Amino acid sequence: MHVTVEHVSFAYDAATPALRGIDLAIASGESVALIGPNGSGKSTLLKVVSGALHPQNGTIRLNGSPIATLSPRQIARRLAMVEQERSMGFDFTAREVIAMGRIPHRGRFARESIKDRLAIDRAMELADVRELADRSIRAVSGGERQRVFLGMALAQEPDVLLLDEPTTHLDLRHQVGFMSIVQDRGEAGLTVLIAIHDLTLAAQAADRIALLSEGRSVVTGTPSEVLTSSNVRRVFGVEAAVGEHPELGTTYVLPNLIGRGG
Amino acid sequence: MDTRGRRPGRRIVWGLVGLVLVSLFAGIVIGSATIPVRDAFASLFGLATDSVTPVHRVIVRQIRLPRVLLGLLVGSALAVSGVAMQGLFRNPLASPYVLGIASGASTGAALAILFASGSAFFLPLGAFVGAAAAVLIVYGLARGRDRRTSIFTLILGGVAIGALFSAVTSFLIYLSSGGEKLSDVLFWIMGGLGRANWASVATLSPIVGVGIGAVLVFARDLNALSLGEEGAFHVGVNPDTLTRWLLCATTLLTAAAVAMAGTIGFIGLVIPHVMRLLVGPDHRRLVPVSALAGGCFLVWSDMVARTVLAPAELPVGVITAFLGAPFFLYLLKTRGARL
Repeated sequence: MHVTVEHVSFAYDAATPALRGIDLAIASGESVALIGPNGSGKSTLLKVVSGALHPQNGTIRLNGSPIATLSPRQIARRLAMVEQERSMGFDFTAREVIAMGRIPHRGRFARESIKDRLAIDRAMELADVRELADRSIRAVSGGERQRVFLGMALAQEPDVLLLDEPTTHLDLRHQVGFMSIVQDRGEAGLTVLIAIHDLTLAAQAADRIALLSEGRSVVTGTPSEVLTSSNVRRVFGVEAAVGEHPELGTTYVLPNLIGRGG
Repeated sequence: MDTRGRRPGRRIVWGLVGLVLVSLFAGIVIGSATIPVRDAFASLFGLATDSVTPVHRVIVRQIRLPRVLLGLLVGSALAVSGVAMQGLFRNPLASPYVLGIASGASTGAALAILFASGSAFFLPLGAFVGAAAAVLIVYGLARGRDRRTSIFTLILGGVAIGALFSAVTSFLIYLSSGGEKLSDVLFWIMGGLGRANWASVATLSPIVGVGIGAVLVFARDLNALSLGEEGAFHVGVNPDTLTRWLLCATTLLTAAAVAMAGTIGFIGLVIPHVMRLLVGPDHRRLVPVSALAGGCFLVWSDMVARTVLAPAELPVGVITAFLGAPFFLYLLKTRGARL
């Protein structure tokens, strides 16, 4: 499923626009990483793409249809989102939370079907949360909770997956696990849009990178096109060594603390 | 320590259904007039035996049976409202009265008692209108220009409107300058099932049926709402639609219950908690279980209220608070983190 962002502008209040005319086209099965400093509009763009926020100008299209014409349930059958922070109101178990991912596919009073159960089991496998199944979502660690919410999004069996800084609370092994889900989206052709701070991780996992600054898209392209030391300096105000790893062949960004003299 | 894989939902439901039946019969047998169990049953089912007097029959059929049924209805209405409010506000401290319903109803009831002599028709009507007015004002305040409802504003608006209506009620009580009317108002505010008759049961049954039915329809969406408003949206639940329907259902349930029995406290707060500990937070189980438990709790509280100082009768709200508050404190102390 392809996603198009057309001239999207959004402001939480009139004085401070968060997005100023963003254009972005994501092909079906493509993964795009959103990078940029704090407050550059990454999270807002994800929320607008998810349909949770309505842009003042511009249109979001899923496979050509404007998202504003779809009901929340229709959107949720196509698109899943893992938010940056999410707290649970009550003491649901991890499995119960993951099963909530089936809500858009299930009738209001329907019992869990075999299809539901398979989707939940697969999602728990992929998100590596099997051993958490009966634990309370409020009793697990931040990283574990993040994986449970990823599991919930995967149980939705979406065509489009939006991830808002999903690796923040994760240890190295689970960062890699998480990003490998982004990387090998498989035959399913999952389209991924991910906001992420770790530029090197972004370069490895994403097909393309969009660099945002102050609500505008500065440059979009392949990791090696976008991640240059001049772009990093211009947008983040940081000196960084940028290169291509000799064995992995992917772009890495190494911020230079020594050069700052501090 | 948190392994609660299988929750004993079904057994608890059947246990509670049994408890409802036991409560029903106990409520008919127990009272200030002593009626032997055999005679109570005979009166109930219209069996002719030598010992059943017409007085027994009237007490059982016209006084105790409607009173027990009203208790079941009011208790379940308050408990389910509590579940819905706690789910809506994602806060285990929310009660059916969080939007100022109790204060609005009290003002309406006080007006009816002072100016319409608290007639059987105007008292419930006044209470219902007052309750609905309070919620409508709060909802109107919380609905922003973008037509979205801010749950935060709902809570604050509820506090403010509740205080305003309480002030009006206090003023009315002050104006009444003591006397019988004052004690009527106070007794009504403390709550009780003393006005039970078949008409009140017949009025309340369909309202409670529809209200609990509506909350059950939205039970799954309430589960989704515990992900937050945005989280609920991402699994296809429109939080604004959900809020609107739940407010309608809980206002109907609470206002009708309060109109018939006054502002009985603690049921809507404690029962959802206790049931959540027993069956977990899934609203598809929590709603029916709370309905049954809330009904039983009120019937037993009412039995205590009727008998402990018999022939005098305590306001049942005193009993529910006496039983509910210490139990709630016990829960906080022992399982605080899990509430």
